[in-house]
Amino acid sequence: MGMSSPEALLICEHCDTVYRRRTLARGDVARCARCEAELERHHALSVNAMLALILTAMIVFVQANMWPIVTLGLSGQQSSTTLWGMILAMWREQAQVVSVLVAATLFFFPLLKMLMLGWLLWFARAGRRAPGFVRLMVILHYLGPWTMSEVFVLGALVAIVKAHTYFDVMPDPGIYAYAALTLLITIFAGVDLRQLWDDVPEGTA
Amino acid sequence: MSALPRASELGLIACTVCGLVCRNVPGDARLDGDGVGDDMACPRCGTTLHRRKPDSYVRTWALLIAAFILYIPANVLPIMRTASLNDVDDNTIISGVVELWRAGSPNLAIIVFTASIVVPMLKFLALGTLLVSSQRGSGWARVQRAKLYRLVELIGYWSMLDVFVVALLTALVRFSVLSLVEPLPGVIFFGLTVVLTMLASMSFDPRLIWDGKDTDD
Repeated sequence: MGMSSPEALLICEHCDTVYRRRTLARGDVARCARCEAELERHHALSVNAMLALILTAMIVFVQANMWPIVTLGLSGQQSSTTLWGMILAMWREQAQVVSVLVAATLFFFPLLKMLMLGWLLWFARAGRRAPGFVRLMVILHYLGPWTMSEVFVLGALVAIVKAHTYFDVMPDPGIYAYAALTLLITIFAGVDLRQLWDDVPEGTA
Repeated sequence: MSALPRASELGLIACTVCGLVCRNVPGDARLDGDGVGDDMACPRCGTTLHRRKPDSYVRTWALLIAAFILYIPANVLPIMRTASLNDVDDNTIISGVVELWRAGSPNLAIIVFTASIVVPMLKFLALGTLLVSSQRGSGWARVQRAKLYRLVELIGYWSMLDVFVVALLTALVRFSVLSLVEPLPGVIFFGLTVVLTMLASMSFDPRLIWDGKDTDD
């Protein structure tokens, strides 16, 4: 093997196999020949497109959290809740652990993720590294698996079906905002944020 | 050297956080995650470099066993109480699935059953299998084991489904005397089980699957 520079190399996270980096064409996915894990994929989203998506996600997120998710009716009475209503209800009912879990995975982590990404991309647009770039990129890496908005959409669906047996159920705008948010999360799931390390090289702060 | 050289053979280390490929300076002979001499930091993001995740086996076993211990009360204890004028009904995870099957939608019942029961069980079995086989350096079905690990990583967090269902119903169903939903201790144990199994699968280093005896490459 020749002495290629480390930047030209790629190491499979799942089995430690070393590859030379290749330029990927649109729609290409590089897979590991040893363990078949995905090494890299070509991402069609420019920094501008990602920033637009993040801003959209933020707007939708605000709506998803401000509007009620669903309303139940029972003999003339009505009852509805927002995400924070859920968090407070669990706290009141002595399930503080669950309250904290819900607040973290459905509110704080997604919010932090969007704010940090927006900040990084805003500077990346101008080809610069945002203040705190390194620290934020590391935090984003660890935050990755702990945002669960898409699980909540399915959970809401299950809750609606369960409640439907005994109550009149009226979906509220919040649930639609959550569905839109899930769609945006899915689009983002295909983007490897590590690209940002290469997109905005060091010394560009 | 095989046709597919591995980083450990070439004296290279990939940063787990940012992916940068670093040369393992000859002076740092040992970066194998046993804590000895693990003091080289990634020049790009500052994360400590390890050839393998530190104490991967010990941490994964510990978290997995802890998760399993909590998984027992999570299933035995009821997770939700439904109270109305004439009766009080405590639901466990299983009885919630059964009720959904009977009175709601069989499709959703299958989804909840998968998320709350199949996925956690699969995680215990899969991670247990991966730990035992990797610790023995087994060359058995490596590609399949690697895929199994990636599946566990992919579906792990969907188990939180039931926790969210209980939280939403608790907040929604409060019609004073007519009808009321309260969370019960089972849901706390269940939420903690999901968190611990996620931490367990993150602690496992899939590269260990390939570290044992070289059989076929």
